[in-house]
Amino acid sequence: MEYTILILALPVLSFLILGLAGMYMKHRVAGLIGTLSLTGVTFLSYLTAYEYFTAPRTAEGVFETLMPWNFQWLPFNTSLHIDMGILLDPISVMMLVVISTVSLMVHIYSFGYMKGEVGFQRYYAFLSLFSFSMLGLVLATNIFQMYVFWELVGVSSYLLIGFYYTKPEAIAASKKAFIVTRFADLGFLIGILIYGFYMGTFTFTPEQEQLMKCGMLLPLALGLMFIGGAGKSAMFPLHIWLPDAMEGPTPVSALIHAATMVVAGVYLVARMFPLFIGYAPETLHLVAYVGAFTAFYAASVACAQSDIKRVLAFSTISQIGFMMVALGVCTTADPHEGGLGYMAGMFHLFTHAMFKALLFLGAGCIIHAVHSNEMSTMGGLRKYMPITHITFLIACLAIAGIPPFSGFFSKDEILTACFQFSPVMGWIMTIIAGMTAFYMFRLYYGIFWGTENKELHKHHTPHESPLSMTFPLMVLAAITIVCGWILPFGHFISANGHAYDIHLNTQVAVTSIVVALIAIALATWMYARDKQPVADMLAKRFATLHRAAYKRFYMDEIWLFVTHKIIFRCISTPLAWFDRHVIDQFMNFMAWSTNASGEAAQPIQNGKIQSYTMWFLGGIIVLSIILLLN
Amino acid sequence: MNILSLFVLVPLLMLLGLWIARNLNQVRGVMVAGSSVLLVLAAYLTVSYIGLRNGGATEEMLFTDSIVWYAPLHIAYSVGVDGISVVMLLLSAIIVFTGTFASWKLKPLTKEYFMWFTLLSTGVFGFFISTDLFTMFMFYEVALIPMYLLIGVWGSGRKEYSAMKLTLMLMGGSAFLLIGILGIFYGAGAETMNVLEIAKLKIPTEYQQIFFPMAFLGFGVLGALFPFHTWSPDGHASAPTAVSMLHAGVLMKLGGYGCFRVAMYLMPTGAAIWGDFFLVLTTISVVYGAFSAVVQTDLKYINAYSSVSHCGLVLFALLMMTRVSSTGAILQMLSHGLMTALFFALIGMIYGRTHTRDIRQLSGLMKIMPFLAVGYVIAGLANLGLPGLSGFIAEMTVFVGSFEHTDVFHRACTIIATTSIVITAVYILRVVGKILYGTCQNPEHLKLTDATWDERLAVICLIAAVAGLGLAPWWVSDVINASVEPIISQLIH
Repeated sequence: MEYTILILALPVLSFLILGLAGMYMKHRVAGLIGTLSLTGVTFLSYLTAYEYFTAPRTAEGVFETLMPWNFQWLPFNTSLHIDMGILLDPISVMMLVVISTVSLMVHIYSFGYMKGEVGFQRYYAFLSLFSFSMLGLVLATNIFQMYVFWELVGVSSYLLIGFYYTKPEAIAASKKAFIVTRFADLGFLIGILIYGFYMGTFTFTPEQEQLMKCGMLLPLALGLMFIGGAGKSAMFPLHIWLPDAMEGPTPVSALIHAATMVVAGVYLVARMFPLFIGYAPETLHLVAYVGAFTAFYAASVACAQSDIKRVLAFSTISQIGFMMVALGVCTTADPHEGGLGYMAGMFHLFTHAMFKALLFLGAGCIIHAVHSNEMSTMGGLRKYMPITHITFLIACLAIAGIPPFSGFFSKDEILTACFQFSPVMGWIMTIIAGMTAFYMFRLYYGIFWGTENKELHKHHTPHESPLSMTFPLMVLAAITIVCGWILPFGHFISANGHAYDIHLNTQVAVTSIVVALIAIALATWMYARDKQPVADMLAKRFATLHRAAYKRFYMDEIWLFVTHKIIFRCISTPLAWFDRHVIDQFMNFMAWSTNASGEAAQPIQNGKIQSYTMWFLGGIIVLSIILLLN
Repeated sequence: MNILSLFVLVPLLMLLGLWIARNLNQVRGVMVAGSSVLLVLAAYLTVSYIGLRNGGATEEMLFTDSIVWYAPLHIAYSVGVDGISVVMLLLSAIIVFTGTFASWKLKPLTKEYFMWFTLLSTGVFGFFISTDLFTMFMFYEVALIPMYLLIGVWGSGRKEYSAMKLTLMLMGGSAFLLIGILGIFYGAGAETMNVLEIAKLKIPTEYQQIFFPMAFLGFGVLGALFPFHTWSPDGHASAPTAVSMLHAGVLMKLGGYGCFRVAMYLMPTGAAIWGDFFLVLTTISVVYGAFSAVVQTDLKYINAYSSVSHCGLVLFALLMMTRVSSTGAILQMLSHGLMTALFFALIGMIYGRTHTRDIRQLSGLMKIMPFLAVGYVIAGLANLGLPGLSGFIAEMTVFVGSFEHTDVFHRACTIIATTSIVITAVYILRVVGKILYGTCQNPEHLKLTDATWDERLAVICLIAAVAGLGLAPWWVSDVINASVEPIISQLIH
């Protein structure tokens, strides 16, 4: 499998070519270079997946973990060193497929979406950089390599959010995204340092005696690493950067902030899963509680947002919460007994990446057509944009959990796992799933049904996007329709690596379908018509609550308070003042006092013989007295 | 003749050449030729050093040589290099080379400027090759004094004040240093001033207790140790571009290098006694510098405070006294030298065009001077520790090394120091967002042009060095790691 190195090499190459020579290229050439390199990556990823999953299992019945490349990058001491390499195991291979598929679709889509934009070449260069970093992250052979690429995806995300760098909101959003995730990464870094120091290795699979050495500190290390994961995966309260990150171009939101980078935290927990389950089950359950709260919080905020990309952003946060819950509710590594969540979480990661990318790309088409993100400017678009409409509907049904779309299958597994953990968790997640269906159909009706925006239609009629944009929609929609029931996901990935047959738990499935249908019906009743008396009445009746939800429960105000008031005004400004006025003035005072004592001593040297004689005599007298007294 | 002596001889020949030079082109010719020779020399030295080490050379220093200079006081011109000095020489050569191009169009008195500049480089190179305490001290002073004139004459803003302040504070430091050196010499009862020889002797604990803080402070002032760092913001703000580059890039490294090679190496017991005290000061430096940088409005002040933070990390790592952290300290010196030089070069180029360094008056430069702006973003990313650029490997080595202490005190210091990576991101992104992004508010700035070829050359060289170190850190790390060993083994009995 040595050819896998090309999966990383191709995007680097296209990044370098586009970064260094992009400005001399025509837009089309630059786009083609980026897209071709990603086509190569996608082909190689599929080939890898095919070869990997068709290879015979080992005697224990699991897929062999391969490491076709690994070299020492930065040595620290005899036991600790950062290695760079490629690790192939079921989850990394699955992630390869997800990332390359979505990335390729976004590359193609961007041809249409970014057409004629200034900085088109730069955009493709950054996309290549991101693809490289993300692929490197999932292929990492050790935790430190993961951290290296973790930072690189962070910076690619920063660059892409700030792509429209003349827009103040984009600048602020990119800064916020980077700093918030950096803050979380501090936890990750300290976690890695603890892990590395006590364990004596950075690898994912330490020896038994190394684990013994780490002992009590392993849960702490894993918990700190999870903080890093929570930052990237926008878990409450570190989620505040993600809604703002929607300032970036929409295809970027689809790729980075819906399908790939934001699930890095989930991937991290899955990667450390054997350690979590074996040595820190309490920490793992903490992950579940954080995930569940985030899922609920984000779902309730999503019900009140009016910007379509924000609704999708909160929906992403909520769905990542589902994945975290799925991983967190595991109690053993056996999928038949309490270990189902691992497979369910990874499955949901896979299906969610596809339908959420589809939703975002669809939203991109809509924004392209109406030149606004606000739901109030839309309405009745189904006639004008048939392909976008159908594909968007498919994705909505998938995320709402209606069979036979993919989301139903993965969500059903998650709910089953939750019910196995505790009925309370199961019911809570079922209700959140219902909320998901509700806000997604609120969005759907708001965009495609209801009154047409006459104001807008006066200027130009909205129209369907070009093929370069609709083609990715159709591909992703096809995947969304079939991958739930065709793909034997449990055969590839399960908590202990053994093949697991996904079977529906009828009771859970029926409950979740019923809840979803009720939620959809409710949304239809409230939002499908031209006028929305019920929704308006509710918004008025619960004005405070609605406003709080619209304002995202004031989390951003807290962020502003911390950065502006605390860091800027209460720490940095006084410190800078102290530096200038106390420490520096002390140095100036030293210089001044030297000067002043010189001035003071000056009169002694007045050039008069008489006064010199006086001093001379005085000196002799004093010395004589001292000598005499001795 | 010893190859190391060439590092002093070439700059001296350059001085002669500059003295003879009649016009600007000849001055530039001498500078380019000389600094290229130095760069080639440094590269050659690095390669042959690695070759010798791989060939099995186990001496602590290679290329050693010694000529008695003044026998009654046991002063000798002794030279020799280990891995630490080799990388420092390489760093200095890169900075001098790029600094030449960064001051390509400097006026007036170009010839005199370059003469002082070259003299300063002589001091720097001489310092890194010396193994004799007295010779080392002499070169140290040679490097400091030209700074006064370079800032005082060719500087900007409150240049006389800044030049005076910088010189006085550093001279104050070297007064302590001189006492420290004499203390070492007499305490050891040595017959020689050679560092390697003195290291074999045992200096009595009473001596170490008194003279360690003298020597450490003496060098520490140059390494911007809190609270003796205030010369740095004013000094940098007033200094001309290439001088800032050389100063932050190399001169401040003399401080860290000296602390390690002289103070800690020769007085390990003193280091053990005073280590915790100074560790607190350096931890403060790291966080304090970063927080102070957040609210500054002058580009050079931001980078000066950022240097306080990063150089604080150098001393911090040295005082952690583990092999890994000391390797990290040297890597951090190297990395900070390169990226700060890059920063100051870019700031100088931006200032040369806009005539302001106030971030409130700059905006939207990305559209106007894309090359410089992209360079600035890369420098910023290196500064905040992006993997693939030099800052990351240095910081990570420091943190991994510092984590080897299990006691609460060291652990707390380490965790406090790690928070600086977040604050660094805050001040770097603030500047990038303010001056490069957005739309240009000042119509005057719209007419400005992007970098010229000489500026591009300087910037590209530095970016290549920063990226080279960040992408392929293993060989530098190996070179340093092996040489840190003898010093660290003194520190841990």
